[in-house]
Amino acid sequence: MADLINLLGPLAPLAWILLGIVAIVVPVLLGVAYLTYYERKVMSAMQRRQGPALVGPFGLLQPIADGLKLLGKEWIIPSGANPVVFLFAPFLTFFLSLVAWAVMPFGAGLVLADINVGILYLYAISSLGVYGLIMSGWASNSRYAFLGGLRSAAQMVSYEVSMGLIMCTVLLCVGSFNLTKIVLAQQTVWFALPLFPMFVTYFISILAETNRHPFDLPEGESELVGGFFTEYSSMNFACFMLGEYANMIMMSSIAVTLFLGGWLPPFNFWIFAPIVQLVPGPIWFGLKIALVLFFFIWARAALPRYRYDQLMRLGWKVFLPMCLVWLVLTAGVLEIFGWLPKTGM
Amino acid sequence: MVAQQEIAEDKDNTYTINLGPQHPAAHGVLRLVVEMSGEVVRRCDPHIGLLHRGTEKLIEHKTYLQAMPYMDRLDYVSPMAQEHAFVLAVEKLLGIAPPIRGQYIRVMFAEVSRLLNHLLAITTGALDIGATTPALWAFEEREKMMAFYERACGARLHANYYRVGGVALDISDELLEDIDRYVTGYHKFVDELHGLLTDNRIFKQRTVDIGIVSPEQALDWGCSGPMLRGSGYAWDLRKSQPYDVYSELDFDIPIGTSGDCYARYLIRMEEMGQSVRLIRQCIAKLRTMKGLPVRLQDRKVTPPNRGEMKSSMEALIHHFKLYTEGFHVPAGETYAAVESPKGEFALYLVADGTNRPYRCHIRAPGFAHLSAIDTMARGHMLADAVAIIGSLDVVFGEIDR
Repeated sequence: MADLINLLGPLAPLAWILLGIVAIVVPVLLGVAYLTYYERKVMSAMQRRQGPALVGPFGLLQPIADGLKLLGKEWIIPSGANPVVFLFAPFLTFFLSLVAWAVMPFGAGLVLADINVGILYLYAISSLGVYGLIMSGWASNSRYAFLGGLRSAAQMVSYEVSMGLIMCTVLLCVGSFNLTKIVLAQQTVWFALPLFPMFVTYFISILAETNRHPFDLPEGESELVGGFFTEYSSMNFACFMLGEYANMIMMSSIAVTLFLGGWLPPFNFWIFAPIVQLVPGPIWFGLKIALVLFFFIWARAALPRYRYDQLMRLGWKVFLPMCLVWLVLTAGVLEIFGWLPKTGM
Repeated sequence: MVAQQEIAEDKDNTYTINLGPQHPAAHGVLRLVVEMSGEVVRRCDPHIGLLHRGTEKLIEHKTYLQAMPYMDRLDYVSPMAQEHAFVLAVEKLLGIAPPIRGQYIRVMFAEVSRLLNHLLAITTGALDIGATTPALWAFEEREKMMAFYERACGARLHANYYRVGGVALDISDELLEDIDRYVTGYHKFVDELHGLLTDNRIFKQRTVDIGIVSPEQALDWGCSGPMLRGSGYAWDLRKSQPYDVYSELDFDIPIGTSGDCYARYLIRMEEMGQSVRLIRQCIAKLRTMKGLPVRLQDRKVTPPNRGEMKSSMEALIHHFKLYTEGFHVPAGETYAAVESPKGEFALYLVADGTNRPYRCHIRAPGFAHLSAIDTMARGHMLADAVAIIGSLDVVFGEIDR
């Protein structure tokens, strides 16, 4: 394979990158498909029912069937909608949910672009995500979609503020924006332990950021039917769903990278160390993501939905001050005890 | 007054959205035209009639026996409670009373209906607020109770079980024991629901102080049932005008204090416990009166049994006349009300001496409750309006009739 690509001569680096993209995008899309299956199975277990069980063994082919069904549906563009924006919005959401993976380290050295400002890149991409939603809400020419789009814009903006502060807290402890270095800084202890309140706040914020229960107001089905994607059908709708679920995985993997030691194995000490090191890093990474996603699904099964103003209050009046205080506290502790990481690490 | 001015000032900034009739929170076919400014509801205009089937008029063209199944189809979540009102009205006009075993069976199934209804009301209310799991849990329990319906009368939902002068069929001892076993463990399920909802902070934030109705407002709007009791007004027809054997049974009426959605939710939860109490008392009584008749032995009103018809000419004639012509009800008018799970469900029945009612007006509690929604939702947010609809416990079968 490597020889084959090297034959391309000057185009070889490009080919390597393309190969890397395929190697990331295909597992991510498969992960998205099976996240829906995972969600349905976990929720059904919590709700005393079976979940998908008919298509394939244990219903394992259900996500594929769902995808094919959506592909075969009619494209509907509502009259009065702005077709360009209307059609562009879902693809923007989907596109953004995939490009973020470029900087994510899946294992030691297993990263497409090991850039120094990886965390800023992720933050920027997740902030852009709001455009897809607000564009779809605006272009649909429907009041439900419009309200949903507005809500999601306000919601994402508010929670990104506290998310940014939480990231800052972690960055203070690491001294680098590079995601690989953030993971490696957690070799002795995962940041989830010393920064536990921040970890919880971060988890709740990503629930809000991905528009999941109990913050799924933009698509609050009991009020706004389908929220910003009320008017969408077929592949457009599928793009939104794929984007949303890819975002869930993305946000979980950021949580894992920042707080749960990325690809590093758990219990990496004493007699457990040789055992846990048998499992390769990317697998630990995937398992940790699955664990965080389990909490996503658990929250969906267990909790009612917040009201719009309550969500705003939580974001601005609870999380923001709390994160600020913790940021200052962390900085103070690091400074006093001389634990601040050396610059240029 | 201040609120009024605000509304006037915002007049230009309002927009209207149309919730329903095909909307996840519409509880059937409610169409709500909501005038909003931002997220705040300024006016909430319920449009009804999409499930109108002309029940009242149809009943005027049916014999009293044939009218019975229409009662199930009014509030299809608690069918037997409606049948109860109908048989009470006709019995009042005829001046008859069913035998004691029949009365106990009727009360027992009325309370099973209350459990069925409250399970749906509470959990779909929670579903409107975004909690999905309670609804799925409750439907399993409802299924178990519908099995009791089925074993008593053959139908899971549209029972058609009560009869003028008693009930259609006697119930078996095994069914009685199974109901007893089921309701004995029912509190466990109620505890699970409490665990999911009652102390849940989000649920409380979404329901406490939402859609407050003062006792005066509740009376003005004609509210009854949990809507009225939630506001702190102690009124329950089972206590204030006991029918059948309610006066012999021991139970309490939960009363709310705040009149908000949370109070109504808690009242429904507590009423389920009281219903279990009533069912267990009925079962204890029914055990002591095995083999007694479950309906009146007056052959002018209730049919003879099959065996009798094979040998007795009189029985055959009675059977034929009952199922073709029906019985005649002496001229008069009556108002018979029962405490249905949703509130005061009543029939105003006018008989003209023939075998059909001259007029049958149905007083559906949900109709009055829905008409109060504008008062309750005004000034709240859109999400609260949905929570309020959930706490009203509206079923369109009875509202549109």
